[in-house]
Amino acid sequence: MAAGHPTVTRDSYVPRLSFRQTVGTGFLALCMAGTMVGIVFLAVLLTDVWRDGVGFLRWEFLEAFPSRFPERAGFQSALWGSLWLIATTAMLAFPIGVGAAIYLEEYAPRNFVTRAIQINISNLAGVPSIVFGLLGLQIFVRGTIGIGPSVGGGFGRSIIAGGATMALLILPIVIVAAQEAIKAVPPSLREASYGVGATRWQTVWHHVLPQAFPGILTGTILALSRAIGETAPLIMIGALTFVAFRPEDLLDPFTVMPIQIYNWVSRPQADFHDLAATGIIVLLFVLLSMNALAVFLRQWTGRRYGR
Amino acid sequence: MVGDTERTATQSGAGAGTATAGVTFQPQASEDDAPASPPAVEIRNVSLWYGSQQALGNVSLDIPRNRVTALIGPSGCGKSTLLRCMNRMNDLIDGVRIEGEVFIDGEDIYGAEVDPSDVRRVVGMVFQRPNPFPKSIYDNVAFGARINGYKGDMDGLVEESLRRAALWDEVKDDLKKSGLALSGGQQQRLCIARAIAVNPEIVLMDEPCSALDPIATQRIEDLMQDLASDYTIVVVTHNMQQAARVSHRTAFMLAGDDLVGRLIEFEDTDRIFLNPGDERTEQYITGRFG
Amino acid sequence: MAAESAATGGPQSALFQRRRGRQLFEQAIGWVLFLCAAVTVLTTVGIVLILVIEGLQFFGDVSPWEFFTGTKWTPLYTNQAFGVLPLIGGTLMVAIGAAFISVPVGSVTAIYLSEFASPNVRAVLKPILEILAGIPTVVYGYFALTAVTPFIGNFAEPTIFNAASAMVVVGIMTIPMVSSLSDDALHAVPQDLRDAAYAVGSTRFEVTTRVVYPAALSGVIASYILAASRAVGETMAVTIAAGSTPNLTWNPLESIQTMTAFIVQVSLGDTPHGTIEFRTIFAVALTLFVMTLVMNVIAARVTARFREVYD
Repeated sequence: MAAGHPTVTRDSYVPRLSFRQTVGTGFLALCMAGTMVGIVFLAVLLTDVWRDGVGFLRWEFLEAFPSRFPERAGFQSALWGSLWLIATTAMLAFPIGVGAAIYLEEYAPRNFVTRAIQINISNLAGVPSIVFGLLGLQIFVRGTIGIGPSVGGGFGRSIIAGGATMALLILPIVIVAAQEAIKAVPPSLREASYGVGATRWQTVWHHVLPQAFPGILTGTILALSRAIGETAPLIMIGALTFVAFRPEDLLDPFTVMPIQIYNWVSRPQADFHDLAATGIIVLLFVLLSMNALAVFLRQWTGRRYGR
Repeated sequence: MVGDTERTATQSGAGAGTATAGVTFQPQASEDDAPASPPAVEIRNVSLWYGSQQALGNVSLDIPRNRVTALIGPSGCGKSTLLRCMNRMNDLIDGVRIEGEVFIDGEDIYGAEVDPSDVRRVVGMVFQRPNPFPKSIYDNVAFGARINGYKGDMDGLVEESLRRAALWDEVKDDLKKSGLALSGGQQQRLCIARAIAVNPEIVLMDEPCSALDPIATQRIEDLMQDLASDYTIVVVTHNMQQAARVSHRTAFMLAGDDLVGRLIEFEDTDRIFLNPGDERTEQYITGRFG
Repeated sequence: MAAESAATGGPQSALFQRRRGRQLFEQAIGWVLFLCAAVTVLTTVGIVLILVIEGLQFFGDVSPWEFFTGTKWTPLYTNQAFGVLPLIGGTLMVAIGAAFISVPVGSVTAIYLSEFASPNVRAVLKPILEILAGIPTVVYGYFALTAVTPFIGNFAEPTIFNAASAMVVVGIMTIPMVSSLSDDALHAVPQDLRDAAYAVGSTRFEVTTRVVYPAALSGVIASYILAASRAVGETMAVTIAAGSTPNLTWNPLESIQTMTAFIVQVSLGDTPHGTIEFRTIFAVALTLFVMTLVMNVIAARVTARFREVYD
């Protein structure tokens, strides 16, 4: 037909389309099967944990303290320890994280230092959590950097040491989430505020933050839900595995849910394994509730601000 | 955006020397040697919906073989949508529904048995922004031929395609270089070479010069004229001067208050620009709207 | 507030009031916010200082040569040997094994999500994958020990603690990382390129595998590296499932010990601070830190190159 190339005709091409479409369908099937791997695994995991753990799942489990006897052992100290720890972590990570995000988005000059801080934040997010545990052990528990005198002796193996360690661990996540939320605030809003003579801080405080707040909150809750499942750094700073009391003070020793679970898993008796599964059910319930809250906030505010 | 393009093109037209009141005309094939052969594309009663919003209303037209046909009209008149009906690119958008028929060589490309990929092999396309693959120049041109099982000499095909796209002399020494390293105008010619390397019958061009400077635009326009001897070319353009310069026939489209694009007039280009049959066409080409 | 008192108390210029107090307040705020951002830098400095100081003291007693080339790791026994290779070997075996799961599965998941799934399907699948990513690692450890190992027992004879079960769960837990980062990379490929490929008659399979995936390749590779880095730093699942036997082996059915698991083992014991035994964890942690840092930096470089092409 078209005589574009004297030597090239329609017959020069053998498209074999039906074969290619069959290959494509096979590939699609492969992709769908691969996608199912993660989902099926999640389903199996949740079912397995439920089957193992439902036997001990009753009110007494939440009220009792750890015990040598599986049927009398409970989660109370771990549950309260986790609550104390998360509250402490939130109290430290939220203001510092939001402050850092405001600085980076609204205040920081575009220079080498700012770029270095930003790169540093993304690198910190990739540091293994156990390394944060070593940092917490030295600085917060023992009050030392390894040489020279201990500075004030540290906080010992206390909730405040654990909370501070966790706060540093999730800080990069909080900062990045808050930055995203602040970035999403339209510049016109800032211009309007500056236009009526507001200072930078007034603009941030009265206009930018209220708009960005839902996004910041969602990000922070997700970061905290990461902290509530973390185990390794708390083992490093010496959170105890056998605590038969509720913490009442920031300087009290403590345990948390995942550490209690780890303690039960690492015992040889099968009963304790089931107890671990019961603990996992409670932990996952708390986690999924937090995730649901975050999703709810995102949806709800999405409607409100028309984003 | 629209204004800019038109202004640029006017200037380039003026530079070429034959400007008449901002519109440049070049001698075109007149009605006398209009082809007797059957039309390359027959569009019959095509309507199209994006979700619940109708975008094309009952368009019918015959695209003449081995000629340049221009689709013009203001933004949102459905000219690009109509163009994409001719190679079923609209199928790729979720929620699109099409009614009517499009015949190529007497075959309805929306027929139940027809594979859209096969349609697109016969109907090539060049896009608004040059979009070479992040591959070498050679691989860009060879891509479609490989996909479609080309049996001949690949080097020869690449060379021939690049020659046809008037790019060979500029790139023959570095075919291994990335297509992205070329200038905008060269990239667009590379995209034309890529399109003709699968030996299509029809080449659709969706505002191919809108991202190019006047000199690059001039080269693409020259190329369209050359290619018309071997291919049927349909070009969507914002730019009336361009339509006047390169096309043999022009379709003017317009969307009413209901946002449904309709064909207003389809005539020889000279006629459309000198003596339009419809009042709205005249208003558009004299710049009173759009 | 400070600003107001300054406004009323300051010298009354005709038109522009000099609000010294307000300016000072603004400056102070700026500094406080800067300090917040500086906390992240101090964290990094703290980590490096602690690891290096304790690590140097360790290397005062044990030569780096012995540490990095020795094939026996028995720092807690009377007959001490400080060859870290068994720990590195165990760590790499788990990370590589996990990659055999997370890379293919995560890649096809990303391709499905980005190129095939309808928006509705995406809206369901993405949160499920986020849940998979949010499951605490101690839960994965539990599952490896109580479900995966018995399952492997159907085909082979693993020891109670074995590397294979850890590989499986670490592989699964890093799937969401590969799939979501790869999905981002695939999504960032301009629609233009897909259109161009379709326009020469490609099928969706060809568009995906011959144009989109290669165009996103550097972003995709970065996701693999980051997932591997995460696997190297993973702690609880490997501690619970893989055991605590430093063992330079390639047999995944045996018990091994990773670097992270060793650190946990020491800190759970009663090893006194300031001893060489305790300092081993800083030397091991320093090694771990450098390994993950290098991987993360490479991933960031690769991603940056990808952005240059399309921005």
